[in-house]
Amino acid sequence: MALWPKAIIIGLLAGPVVTGLVGTLVPAFGYLPALGSTEVSIAPFRAAFNAPGMLTSIGLSLGTGLAATALSLLIVILFTAGWLGAQIFSRISRFLAPLLAIPHAATAFALAFLIAPSGFLMRLFSPWATGFERPPDVLILNDPYGIAMTAGLVLKEVPFLFLMMLAALPQSRVLELTKVVTNLGYGRIKGFLCVVVPQIYPQIRLPIFAVLAYSTSVVDVAMILGPTTPPPLAPRILGWLFDPEPAIRFQASAAAILQIGVTGAAILVWVAGETVCKTLAEPMYRSGNRGPKDGLQRWLAVSFMTGSMIAVVGGFAVLGVWSFSDGWWFPELFPSAFGLDHWQSALKDNNGTILTTAVIAMVSAVPSLLLVVWLLEAHTRENAKPGPLLRGILFIPLLVPQVCFLFGLHVALVYLGLDGTWFAVALAHAVFVLPYVFLALTDPWDHLDPRFGRIAASLGASTQRIFWRIRLPLLLQPLLVALAIGLAVSVAQYLPTIVIGAGRVTTITTESLALASGGNRPALAVYALLQLVLPLFSFAVALMLPALVFRNRSAMRPASSF
Amino acid sequence: MRTHRFRTSLAAILFSLTGSLASSAAVAEGWSDTTLEEAKGQKVYFYAWGGEPRINAYIDWAAQEVEKRYGVSVEHVKVSETGAVVTQIIGEKTAGREDGGSVDLVWINGENFNTLKSQGLLAAPGWAQSLPNWTHVDVNGKPTVLSDFTVPTDGQEAPWGMAQLVFMYDTRVLAEPPRSLQAIKDLVKRQPGRFTYPQPPNFHGTTFLKQALINLIENPEKLSSPVDEATFDQDVAPLFAFLDELHPNLWRKGAVFPNNAAQMRLLLADGELDIAFTFNPSDASSAIANKELPNTIRTFVFEDGTLGNTHFVAIPFNSSAKQGAMVLANFLLSPEAQARKQDPAHWGDPTVLDVAGLEAADRAAFDKLDLGIATLSPAELGNTLPEPHPSWVTAIEKAWETRYGNS
Amino acid sequence: MHSAAASSGLKLASVSLSLGTRQLLTIDETIPQGCVLTLMGESGSGKSSLLDFIAGFLAPAFTAEGKIVLNGRDITDTPPQNRRTGLMFQSPLLFPHMTVLGNLLFALPAKGLTASQRRAEAEAALTEVGLEGLGERDPATLSGGQQTRAALMRLILAQPEALLLDEPFSSLDRARRQETRELVFSIARQRNLPVLLVTHDPEDAEAAGGSVITL
Repeated sequence: MALWPKAIIIGLLAGPVVTGLVGTLVPAFGYLPALGSTEVSIAPFRAAFNAPGMLTSIGLSLGTGLAATALSLLIVILFTAGWLGAQIFSRISRFLAPLLAIPHAATAFALAFLIAPSGFLMRLFSPWATGFERPPDVLILNDPYGIAMTAGLVLKEVPFLFLMMLAALPQSRVLELTKVVTNLGYGRIKGFLCVVVPQIYPQIRLPIFAVLAYSTSVVDVAMILGPTTPPPLAPRILGWLFDPEPAIRFQASAAAILQIGVTGAAILVWVAGETVCKTLAEPMYRSGNRGPKDGLQRWLAVSFMTGSMIAVVGGFAVLGVWSFSDGWWFPELFPSAFGLDHWQSALKDNNGTILTTAVIAMVSAVPSLLLVVWLLEAHTRENAKPGPLLRGILFIPLLVPQVCFLFGLHVALVYLGLDGTWFAVALAHAVFVLPYVFLALTDPWDHLDPRFGRIAASLGASTQRIFWRIRLPLLLQPLLVALAIGLAVSVAQYLPTIVIGAGRVTTITTESLALASGGNRPALAVYALLQLVLPLFSFAVALMLPALVFRNRSAMRPASSF
Repeated sequence: MRTHRFRTSLAAILFSLTGSLASSAAVAEGWSDTTLEEAKGQKVYFYAWGGEPRINAYIDWAAQEVEKRYGVSVEHVKVSETGAVVTQIIGEKTAGREDGGSVDLVWINGENFNTLKSQGLLAAPGWAQSLPNWTHVDVNGKPTVLSDFTVPTDGQEAPWGMAQLVFMYDTRVLAEPPRSLQAIKDLVKRQPGRFTYPQPPNFHGTTFLKQALINLIENPEKLSSPVDEATFDQDVAPLFAFLDELHPNLWRKGAVFPNNAAQMRLLLADGELDIAFTFNPSDASSAIANKELPNTIRTFVFEDGTLGNTHFVAIPFNSSAKQGAMVLANFLLSPEAQARKQDPAHWGDPTVLDVAGLEAADRAAFDKLDLGIATLSPAELGNTLPEPHPSWVTAIEKAWETRYGNS
Repeated sequence: MHSAAASSGLKLASVSLSLGTRQLLTIDETIPQGCVLTLMGESGSGKSSLLDFIAGFLAPAFTAEGKIVLNGRDITDTPPQNRRTGLMFQSPLLFPHMTVLGNLLFALPAKGLTASQRRAEAEAALTEVGLEGLGERDPATLSGGQQTRAALMRLILAQPEALLLDEPFSSLDRARRQETRELVFSIARQRNLPVLLVTHDPEDAEAAGGSVITL
């Protein structure tokens, strides 16, 4: 019975990825009859390698990706280790779920508006403290080492890894374990590293790889915060794909294949790092050293965690002020005049941008949710769990860099006459939405006490009745959260929307990146904020609706065990 | 519509499978008596850069007028780089889509036009001159309406607006603007960190390189013909000597460049830069009116003149609404639309028409335009210098990237 | 008692359970109606798996042989919802999203009653175990003993033909345990149900009064 949903999901995910990869691979070897090239050669690869600064680009992709992933993971592990069970932990964990809903691009804009030499922080201290009447000529954004870009990625990946961590914690009876090691005299962090991390790490390993793959191949954040002389590999490939010179297209395809290699190399480096850590950890377990003084580490962890949240929230507050500004010159702390023009023209929605965004999000997220529920319910009825193969396939779209298969996929959709339709865009979004919906739902689903279903069955309830009356209502909140995450993922998609939509399909995110190439900050701020509206609205519904429906059912409140 | 497209794409697959490169037999005729009728009900996807709300609003207006008057519906597809549209048209050619293409009209010039033209990806020649409003075009006074970066347009694109490189400066920090390349270099040496240019291959960044090359090359004649590989390094040596000297004193010491002219203008507004430049002589005035620049900004040009060119609209070979696209292109050329476009309150983009030759009423519409406080008069704008051959663009961009793209 | 119709009661005919190649238990017993069979043993001895097997939830890792016959019906391969084997776990597991009454109504078969008749029947069941007036309460607000009693009546309303009890009293404190145990057994006896009790607690076995098997 699980065969059908499995087949559909595998087809939906693997189909586009494989088709797209073939469509990229063929021109990478110089074969593209429409451009008059039918000779197979490795010349495109040579051209890509010989492009100026190519090694720097590759190094940047590897370096920023690995650094962002390692830093995010470190912050999440130290924070969890140091503060699990404390009040600030549960406060922050509630706060992070909505942060996950914020698209990468919007986070990058928020950070840029905050820390640029002409940004809000500089205005806050100018000229009274700094003496600056004009912004200083200092390199903060787009620095050649990719520090700003790494920071932007960390802001976004910390909430994701933290949620993955939260999902993994209950399975390893963490609270009891930490009590045991603390009782033996270990410091919180040392104890957590020795006892809990080895247990939960395997469960968050795939999400870590997804973060790594994303960070090594990110386009939008790199365009906003990354270096430009040269840029990292992925935005460079995008630039080449947009180059009017036809020969560069072959080079772009070859570089896209190269990008897979770079992402693969990053994962290999990570796996090697895992082995090193494991080897180093072994003596640590046995040393008897209890590391009781971890106050500094705990303090650092909580500062990074709250600091990253304050940065995001503060950045969005600044975006909010910009969106209403009508003339705001450095070093003024606030605009000299305010206006509603940009909001009015955006909300009139003449081009249906907002409507298109919402429709595409619904059309990709709702069927994804239904498919995942179908799959999980079928597995539950068969008393099975999704196997490693299915989990692996679900992660494929998150592990293969988008830039490597979307252009090949576009060619395939042109053959089918489907390119440039909002339906095709929704389909392409579903490729990325579905894995996240699965990730969001599968743990709560598995954690639902199976004895509820058994009791209901032994009371004579049919499997249908158990599904509708027991399982779905008990899982109402996780279902709505999964839907909200699906909607948020769809809203955030930039590359699939412009490539598969052939530029004809405009969403809030493509509009905001188009405006980023212009010179009007208030208009950009409006669209960056609009990127938040649909995801935050759906998260609010996901949190409030169950609270309303089950307002008199105390056991239905979100578990407050952490 | 959908089944139709599906059928044509099936045919396209067969074509490509058999390796046939037979191009569509349908030849786009120019304007005829039936064009308006055929255009009625068509939907025109107009691919145009969408980074400027003012320009977007102007296109929106034109779209509504064309719908109202001719029953042609127009959708503005906002693109961030016109190169992406070229890529897309090439992609459709790759997939064998000989008609029913997604692009019906594209805002274009220079290198992008040259690529589409030389690859045979544009509608058949001659349609532009057949437009009824072509008679108003200032063919003699503005020769670039027929020669796009020295490449003959052959009527495969219709002129839309004129452009001339104009510099903007903030009067609060510069009493006297630098009116030559040498003066800019001196200024930058005196006040380092306050000048930059968009990163090539961005259009405006490459334009700055071309302007400098015209000023510096020993034999400017060479620029009107294709690059001579043998002497290229020697030809551009003075340019790179100039840049080598300039770069250490650039904004961020040349480690970072703005993405495009709009971002450069934003840096001017923030006070990060002393100077920015634009291809639209009334850009500064419009931006001041829109609170995108402080009202202390004024404009200037080089004493020896600055680069000038024309921007166009073109119809791809596989447009599914060629008649509708011609109706839109014709409307964009009308005195009414051109006058509104030149008005800084709407866009401020100079006209391609021969204003003196227009009928009195149309001429009056132009004459009464207030070009804004920061806009130079036609006399002050001085000489325009012709664009080099497009092959220089690719060559300079490549040389620039090799030299500075890996700092 | 054994002289009652051979076909009545819960019969475990040569049942054996194994996990992989390891055999966990074999049992060949018949529990007559109204009688209790107590199963005691170490954890991991397969007691709970036996209950899973009888109720139809045996995990795929286990293999089972033998037959389960309930009042003459061979239910070995019957879907769980048609077996009429009522299960009770260590925790009462009232459905947290329903009211107490909702839990009971969920269990009560449809069988052509009107809504108010169904309600009356469920309320009567609550009254029988001293929970009158608590029907509209949130289950989480009931005490442990109350929850166990509500869970018991939920089970009874589904009209099972046998009870399978998996340490149902171990979560209660001593005083409640005694009281609840007697209630459960007396209700099972009244309704003439065969009971299979799995427990650690010798007192449970003693109170059950039937035969005891130690694994």
